[in-house]
Amino acid sequence: MRENGGVNDNSRGQHGGEIAGRGLGHLRDLAHLAPDDLSRRDFIRLMAAPLALAGVGAMAGCPSPREEIIPYVVPPELVVPGKPLFFATTMPLAGYGIGLLAESHMGRPTKVEGNPDHPASLGASDVLTQASILSLYDPDRARTVTHRGQISTWSAFTTFITGELAARRESGGRGIRLLTGAVTSPTLLAQIRAFLEQYPGASWHHYEPICLDAERAGTRAVFGRIVNPVYRFDRARRILSLDADFLLFGPGVVRYNRDFAAGRRVHLQGADAPPAASMHRLYAVESTPSITGAMADHRLAIPAGDVERIARLTLAAVRGNPPPPDDPHAQWVAAMADDLLQHRGSALAVAGPWQPPAVHAIAHALNAELGAIGQTVVYTEPIEAAEEGDLASLTRLVNDMRAGAVDMLIILDANPVYTAPADLDFSAAMDVVPLRIHLSESYDETSFRSHWHIPLCHYLEMWSDARAFDGTASIVQPLIHPLYQSRSPHEFMAALLGQPEADARELLRRTWRDRAPDPQQFEPFWRSALERGTIPDTAAPEVQVSVTGDPLAAQPPHPAPADGLELTFRPDAGVFDGRFANNGWLQELPKPITKLTWDNVALISPATAASLGLTSGDVVTIRHAGRQADAPVWVQPGQPDNSISVQLGYGRERAGRVGAGVGFNAYALRTSGAMWTARGVEVVPTGRRHALACTQPNQALGGRDIFRVYSLAQLTGEVAEEDARKRAGHGRTVHLSLYPPMPGSQINRGHAWGMVVDLNVCTGCSACVAACQAENNISIVGKDQVLAGREMHWIRIDTYYKGDRPAADAGPYFEPMLCQHCQNAPCEYVCPVLATTHSSEGVNEMTYNRCIGTRYCANNCPYKVRRFNFLQYADHTPVRRLGYNPDVTVRTRGVMEKCTFCIQRINEARREEKTILARGGQDARARADAVIDALQTACQQACPTGAIIFGDLQRPSPVAALRDQPHGFAILTGLNTQPRVTYLARLVNPNPALPTPHRALDHPERAFHEEAKG
Amino acid sequence: MAQLFPASADHLARALIGAAVLAVASLFMIGGAITRSPYVTLQDVPLDQPVQFSHEHHVAGLGIDCRYCHTSVADSRNAGMPSTKTCMTCHSQIWTSAAILEPVRESWRTGVPIAWQRVNNVPDFTHFSHEIHVNTGVSCATCHGRVNEMPLMWKAASLQMQWCLSCHWDPGPNLVPPEEVFNMDYRPPPEQAAAGRERAASLGIDPYQITRCSTCHY
Repeated sequence: MRENGGVNDNSRGQHGGEIAGRGLGHLRDLAHLAPDDLSRRDFIRLMAAPLALAGVGAMAGCPSPREEIIPYVVPPELVVPGKPLFFATTMPLAGYGIGLLAESHMGRPTKVEGNPDHPASLGASDVLTQASILSLYDPDRARTVTHRGQISTWSAFTTFITGELAARRESGGRGIRLLTGAVTSPTLLAQIRAFLEQYPGASWHHYEPICLDAERAGTRAVFGRIVNPVYRFDRARRILSLDADFLLFGPGVVRYNRDFAAGRRVHLQGADAPPAASMHRLYAVESTPSITGAMADHRLAIPAGDVERIARLTLAAVRGNPPPPDDPHAQWVAAMADDLLQHRGSALAVAGPWQPPAVHAIAHALNAELGAIGQTVVYTEPIEAAEEGDLASLTRLVNDMRAGAVDMLIILDANPVYTAPADLDFSAAMDVVPLRIHLSESYDETSFRSHWHIPLCHYLEMWSDARAFDGTASIVQPLIHPLYQSRSPHEFMAALLGQPEADARELLRRTWRDRAPDPQQFEPFWRSALERGTIPDTAAPEVQVSVTGDPLAAQPPHPAPADGLELTFRPDAGVFDGRFANNGWLQELPKPITKLTWDNVALISPATAASLGLTSGDVVTIRHAGRQADAPVWVQPGQPDNSISVQLGYGRERAGRVGAGVGFNAYALRTSGAMWTARGVEVVPTGRRHALACTQPNQALGGRDIFRVYSLAQLTGEVAEEDARKRAGHGRTVHLSLYPPMPGSQINRGHAWGMVVDLNVCTGCSACVAACQAENNISIVGKDQVLAGREMHWIRIDTYYKGDRPAADAGPYFEPMLCQHCQNAPCEYVCPVLATTHSSEGVNEMTYNRCIGTRYCANNCPYKVRRFNFLQYADHTPVRRLGYNPDVTVRTRGVMEKCTFCIQRINEARREEKTILARGGQDARARADAVIDALQTACQQACPTGAIIFGDLQRPSPVAALRDQPHGFAILTGLNTQPRVTYLARLVNPNPALPTPHRALDHPERAFHEEAKG
Repeated sequence: MAQLFPASADHLARALIGAAVLAVASLFMIGGAITRSPYVTLQDVPLDQPVQFSHEHHVAGLGIDCRYCHTSVADSRNAGMPSTKTCMTCHSQIWTSAAILEPVRESWRTGVPIAWQRVNNVPDFTHFSHEIHVNTGVSCATCHGRVNEMPLMWKAASLQMQWCLSCHWDPGPNLVPPEEVFNMDYRPPPEQAAAGRERAASLGIDPYQITRCSTCHY
């Protein structure tokens, strides 16, 4: 994949093989010429005086700058300058909440982490939650109330709206329409109901572009009522995904990642006798490559319209009717169905939200047949209050608007002008409405067409509540006073209800006072809800379901039309449905599969691309039902033939300075009849090219030993045997270095930090990338700079495909790559100013204020993990500066940077350890050790699957045990870099009855350099 | 043709070369001396403050503990500067009309904080924590000098890296018993260095570790 014009391969990739052994003897001859007693440190010391002189000359002898200290007048409670505080809060996304702990430095939120007590998080987080902190400091957020585009005030609005509503009271508010996104907040729901009671003629509509309509309709079809499935992936031994991307999207995505990993993780206990390891087996049927498909042991890529056929065959096979032998997937389905049947009670089928209700119904029926209900899936009362589907609700609204029945449209935190299906032509229908009011975070496409726009608070600025995927309610607690004149939805609704100055916190307390188990004991209940971040016993009650409908009785889908292609729509891994388009971290986040930034594309299979004469970066016109959009194509292995896939959320007109005009608008092709899958689509090359900023142009493994895949059988067989042989003394330990070994006295004193990345549970979700960006003040650089290979991420997730060119049948495999903290670090030897050195605890240090920017270190790094500030990338917009982590230097132009193992967290933990020891007292040693054991890097803390394990190798820590696993390996050990980051091989658990594309890679040299592991 | 230079020119040339070397060397030395001088470091230079606050009076005269005002010194990297409220706990009762305290009362009335001139400023790109130093036994006086003898505050040490490292390489002489950390009048016994080294060892404080770059620069 080198077609994407202009991408510089220089700064990445693995060029290791050529470096080893080049000109070594020559260098050794030169070595003795250097005076033994003049180390580089001495040289620097000698040079200090001239440098000082130069400094004095340059500064003309300026004394140190004067600074002021501004103390508080009255110190706020709890705030200790220099110590962050953590508050439990909740991030609502498309209505559903995920519990968070937000870090506050003297009143400024700087980072969010998952809340270990919240069922949707369990302490982890995902890309969107990690990046949400940047949206708070987005300088393009709406700042004031506007009326017809002119600056206005909240009180002007409330006066106005009170009058307008009073005039409509007599008619019962017949022309009033309220449009929201998905609502789970009990307080908001109560307010909406109160509003509808006051204005019985008004009606409430709801629409989410990434809606769960099909899921709800599917449960109704098979169980006779809408229920909410809650999956228990940790209990599932066999999983069938029917075009579901449950590892990247959905209200329970973080929890599902964790549960999924629990059933997949293989850590052998006791190195001498590996017991029978076990892990689940995932079958993925999918219409476009997803991270869920990438984790699958067997993956079937078929067009989205064919998924129902496979689902039907599977259900029939499970019921004892084997698939017709002439079906091309008969063997696959038969073997899979047989495997599912053998795991009755621990098998699970999941359908994706982009599949029609029929597929959902079949998945639920499969779960019933397989005895999964109550085991691997439980059904609860629905979380969203709405009975009606989102699309139906929006269509009804548009029809009313067209008919002129609407005289006041109130839109709460939704952007339908941009997200509504194109055939509804929402903006034209909306323009008919005489009064349009919009509440949203930024002045977007819908705001532009509204008379009034009210800025909406960021979730870290407001009081609210939300329910999680399983119904658990939690409080959205503000961390900071609103930066602008923004209002929460509750304050807005209260204004509509005639209480313009209502306090959102009081409204919230009122909701929960009514629901507290003992209203007399409300204060302790409220306090504990705020502290823990969840409200106990609020999970949706489980529902006993029984199958009432037979999904196979319904008409099978029409076969695909012979001409034309299939087009599928997906949310974007970064900007989601478009609401995060102005978030630079998410724009620059390499998409998990394609590694593209700053663009959406039309994914197309290599064969289809060849037949159309297309290569990556060619712009095509996609035509469907009289609508068209121009999109760059991206040739993606694993994409089914004759099906192209586009991502929603791009092509925003009014997103802000970052997001406006980036990518193409796929909503322009989306119609209410084809919300997720369109057929008979025409693709016409335009002859134009579009530069696509991909961070990893070469994704082929090409036989290089940088990623390892073993089958489960191999792990317990040959891998374990080889490991045992090595342990018995057959592995050689050779000191291979130009340089004398580091004296034992200089390393591993006190602590020895190390990391293990378990590739078997890394799902490539990229939460670590976003978390690292937030923790370490990492800049974004923009598309042009990414094209020049200058992105700044300290941790990236490399994707690899088997073989010399990306092949569809196996992969991508995900490999997080960060500074490997080599014990023989090539970067350290070449730094002329000792800006990168080695700590006594094994960390490769980077001293920014010493760096003069020669970039020798980056050139000498075989892992290509060093990042250079070619330009002044750091954003010093005043509001952005509020959000920087004060514990980490903000780097300027000309400085090299890279992963530090979160040295700020290490230092904080070490200081705390020593402080506890110094203060003494009972169990001081144990308490100090507990601090060290609890230390987590930002990537590790965010990782929803626990794939990143960090800690002190000298303690009996998990990381020390995992470094010793038989399937552990280090990367490019042939260079004798001796990394402190090691990996556990990816494992596959193929069905013996099926051919497997995953083949363990041969590593003839494997045994030789294994000492690097130690 | 007569020789252009007499024989003595050799000596002159040698002398000039020597002088040039000396001149360059002395320039370096002067440069070094300036960067280390109080002119640049502001060491020993009392600063004007909005309120003529005397540590000598409050510490030596009244016996107020450091932590009464610098509340977080043992718990956080920041020692903590007293809020106006802290001043007013006493000065709403005593010296209530003293002209010198007008800025304090004004701050209390208006809610505008007092803007103190920073005396001790750790160089940029350096992370420093009071918590770890105070708890392990570095006395306040080690870095801040005999504050109880300062009518106006001045910087007692250069706060340059060389000065930091002088202690980090050998913390022994400066690690006093924890109960003496805030005692300005504490005079270490002659065997302080040995006792301090023993204390450092018992806490796992490793001079090699605390002189690595990333201890302070990150």
